[in-house]
Amino acid sequence: MNDSLPRATLLTRVMLAAALVLSAFPIYWMFVIATRGNDVVGQVPPPLLPGGDLGDNLERLWATKDANFLLGLTNSAIVASTVTVSVVLLSSLAGFAFAKLRFRGRNPLLVLVLLTMAVPLQQMGIIPLYIMMVKLGWAGELKAVILPFLVNAFGVFFMRQYVEQAIPDELIEAARVDGCSTLRIYWSIVFPALRPAIAVLGLLTFMQTWNEFIWPMVVLTPSNPTVQLSLSALNGAHFQDYTLVFTGTALSTVPLIVIFVLFGRQIVGGIMEGAVK
Amino acid sequence: MKQNRPLARAVTWFDLKAAPYVLISPYFLLFAVFGLFPLGFTVWVSLHDWELAGDRAWLGFTNYTELLVDADFWNAVVNTLGMFVLATIPQLLLALVLANALNKRMRFRLLYRLGVLVPMVTSIVAVAVVFGQLFARDHGAFNWLLGTDGLDWQADKLTSWTAISVMVDWRWTGYNALIYLAAMQAIPRDLYEAAAIDGASPRRQFWRITVPMLRPAIIFTALTSTIGGLSLFTEPVMFAQGDVGGGSLGQFQTVAMYMYESAFRDRDYGYASAVAWMLFLLILLVSLVSFLFTRRIGGTK
Repeated sequence: MNDSLPRATLLTRVMLAAALVLSAFPIYWMFVIATRGNDVVGQVPPPLLPGGDLGDNLERLWATKDANFLLGLTNSAIVASTVTVSVVLLSSLAGFAFAKLRFRGRNPLLVLVLLTMAVPLQQMGIIPLYIMMVKLGWAGELKAVILPFLVNAFGVFFMRQYVEQAIPDELIEAARVDGCSTLRIYWSIVFPALRPAIAVLGLLTFMQTWNEFIWPMVVLTPSNPTVQLSLSALNGAHFQDYTLVFTGTALSTVPLIVIFVLFGRQIVGGIMEGAVK
Repeated sequence: MKQNRPLARAVTWFDLKAAPYVLISPYFLLFAVFGLFPLGFTVWVSLHDWELAGDRAWLGFTNYTELLVDADFWNAVVNTLGMFVLATIPQLLLALVLANALNKRMRFRLLYRLGVLVPMVTSIVAVAVVFGQLFARDHGAFNWLLGTDGLDWQADKLTSWTAISVMVDWRWTGYNALIYLAAMQAIPRDLYEAAAIDGASPRRQFWRITVPMLRPAIIFTALTSTIGGLSLFTEPVMFAQGDVGGGSLGQFQTVAMYMYESAFRDRDYGYASAVAWMLFLLILLVSLVSFLFTRRIGGTK
């Protein structure tokens, strides 16, 4: 199929190379500055090659009490992992039911899921959600930033699409004839077949939760932050000291880069497959 | 064995009838508590003068009527729409061109695809911190490159909107390009072969075949960009070092920032809830316009 495509012209190649450089440069530069000393502040043009001050900068970062960076990293790891496990599991359960089981109200309920995908719930419900968390006494605690994210409509829809095309109806019928219960079918047939979809949804969810900003900013305090809040506090208080700020920024990005290097191929595939359907 | 039959039948019946609801209930329960309930409750709060301590007074639609004559709110609406247009149109056009470039026979295809997606895996906060330095007034890389030494990008509307739009576009162009690329690969090749036989140039083929065939993907990206663009928050907040005011004169305060300011700085939850509903209305309205606009793309000539 690839062979029938026209060959890339020189212009195309130059354009793509430029796109790559533009995409990668800000990230590269962030890591460069994280390794430089404060002598580079105010240097024009800005430095483009790494230096040897990473260790120094990290020590200064740990010593910056108002950012609580280590706690921010730990909190984000806890929140993002919990949310990811929940979204993947609950989405696959619901996605399986919507794709392969017959029940009353299936279509209206599915339409409801699709409708909620189009509403920016996060922004719309943020005030009542905050009032609710304060009343429950959960404001400032990690569960306040975990609970609202345990499910999302996109996950259910994504899993439904995948189950629909990955698992033939006959397989499920055959299992039923053999006396398998619904849960048994989910666990022994559906879940193993879903592995690629679980990887993609899990990675996207982890990254999204790790990057969440507005809700943690509303409900948490600087003394118990997520990593994005630490970063924001660091940038607010030490904007002039940009090697310090960039060290924090680079550090907060490392987990995402690791994920991208390991699973980038699956993420690209997931986005492109999702787009076709 | 025999006396177990009715029991077994009952279990099977239960399994067939009830299991689907058991499987979907965790989603719907959590969604009801943390999604639907807050959404509905926003209406109730918006009709009150509401304070956290529990003091509240019924206001009816006063919050809404005040909002309609609130110059700060309309300033935020103008800013939001301005940045939305300034960011979205170049972004989607660029994504289209980029997708077309990616849809060629070449080596390292995966590398290019990964490359354009890299910006999406960084956090918006991190992006904004880095671009904040690139757009800095003193010693910023953009001022150096453009020879506009000492230009304060935050100072007025057009420059601050531009800087913020650049951040948004840097992050999302590659993602949209991959969506277009996927749709391009689904276009049957013989359409192009027939056009080539008829003597259509590659450029003509792009506008007459590729773009019309991409219409569903373009509508999809236009709608997601509308929802994302109109609820813009993190980039402008970080651009102002964490301040939700959007610059000294509110020159880049968005509606989402105004909502945040009303709720969590002024502690006026009722008023902020009214802002939330106006934002929702704005998103609906602009989504409709985007849909009607993109639906015509490459349509009947």
